[in-house]
Amino acid sequence: MAETLLNSLSFLVTGFQALTWGQAVMMLVGGFLIYLGIAKGYEPLLLLPIGFGAILVNLPLADLMEPGGLLHFFYKHGVLTEVFPCLIFVGIGAMTDFGPLLHRPVILLLGAAGQFGIFLTLLLALGLGFDQLEAMAVGIIGACDGPTAIYVTSKYAPHLLGPVSVAAYSYMSLVPLVQPPIMRLLTTQRERAIVMKTTKQQVSKRVLILFPIVVTVITCLIAPKGAPLMGMIMLGNLLRESGVVGRLLQAAENEIPNVVTLLLGISIGATMAAGQFLKLNTLLVLGLGLVAIVLDTAVGVLFGKLMCWLSRGAINPLIGAAGISAYPMAARVAQVQGQKYNKRNYLLMHAMGANTGGQIGSVMAAGIMLSVVQGMGLG
Amino acid sequence: MSKLDFGLTMCLVGMGGTLLSLWVLTLVMRALKKVFPVRNAAHHGPEPRT
Repeated sequence: MAETLLNSLSFLVTGFQALTWGQAVMMLVGGFLIYLGIAKGYEPLLLLPIGFGAILVNLPLADLMEPGGLLHFFYKHGVLTEVFPCLIFVGIGAMTDFGPLLHRPVILLLGAAGQFGIFLTLLLALGLGFDQLEAMAVGIIGACDGPTAIYVTSKYAPHLLGPVSVAAYSYMSLVPLVQPPIMRLLTTQRERAIVMKTTKQQVSKRVLILFPIVVTVITCLIAPKGAPLMGMIMLGNLLRESGVVGRLLQAAENEIPNVVTLLLGISIGATMAAGQFLKLNTLLVLGLGLVAIVLDTAVGVLFGKLMCWLSRGAINPLIGAAGISAYPMAARVAQVQGQKYNKRNYLLMHAMGANTGGQIGSVMAAGIMLSVVQGMGLG
Repeated sequence: MSKLDFGLTMCLVGMGGTLLSLWVLTLVMRALKKVFPVRNAAHHGPEPRT
């Protein structure tokens, strides 16, 4: 009897006995992500569940990420199937207004320039020893778009999902810190003070409705592998612009992204087991992710300068920095920077156009990347 | 395929393809706005987005 009692009691401490230093460190990392989300307000919707997922997966003997475990279920059925990021994209499309972009379509090119950091970082990652598919996953952090980064990484380098997701969401929230010095470095005082005129040009309802349909067809003919992402974001936008599916729109803006964000966050955190996360590669991924966003901003601003020159000063180069997909933060950064140098300057709507262009650009860049890899026989 | 070949191919096709695709979209957007202009109030058209 005494022996049975002792054996039973000893089982209650096996968790403590099985805890490794790596798992303890990862629990602290998870706690740090939660701190960033709550105390600092850095993308709390994602960092909080990611952080908690990291704590859960590093609990010894809980087997939450083993086949049959709760987190494994979410991961297998939501992340590996790529369903979660696609569902979030429906919400993103439903919350995006492409009106400012349609006012001045040429600004869409800034959304293309803002993705160049993806490919330049991919090249850098290859040079640092990552293989081709891993380099793609690292480069896609430069899309500045969590669901896109998760989609590509879960497809081609799922073992990097944890660091890539943490990098993507952390750096997105750091855009107001990362971008301004680069914007100031690459522009002159005169350029920053350029006032962009607001046109009274209007966009008809038909164009707003046709836009998501036409964009989907054209971009998916060019890059078929981007269809899940582009299709979902444009579906969400069509729900918004149609004006006749209020219930679906409400679900797309609220219930769907809220539930999926929660489950996605936990699932990503579940990939941050000590054995997978505590590697030199993780530090490299985090470092390269920052490089990707710096390069995106730099190329975007430089392209903005080119457009400024071609338009004879009609375009303020600062909006080039908004050509990344961090919506609407990057647009707000351009507005704030523009106002610093000229109080009469209201760049927000123009920057919003570039920012929404960046959303299309990031999905397009990912789609092209996926299609090219498929064509090479690597995917 | 070597890593360098892969990287350069991705850079050229990726950057060039993204820029070209979005340029095509700008042309399409302009065409859409020309084909479906905003209706004025006299035609009792739907409210345009300003």
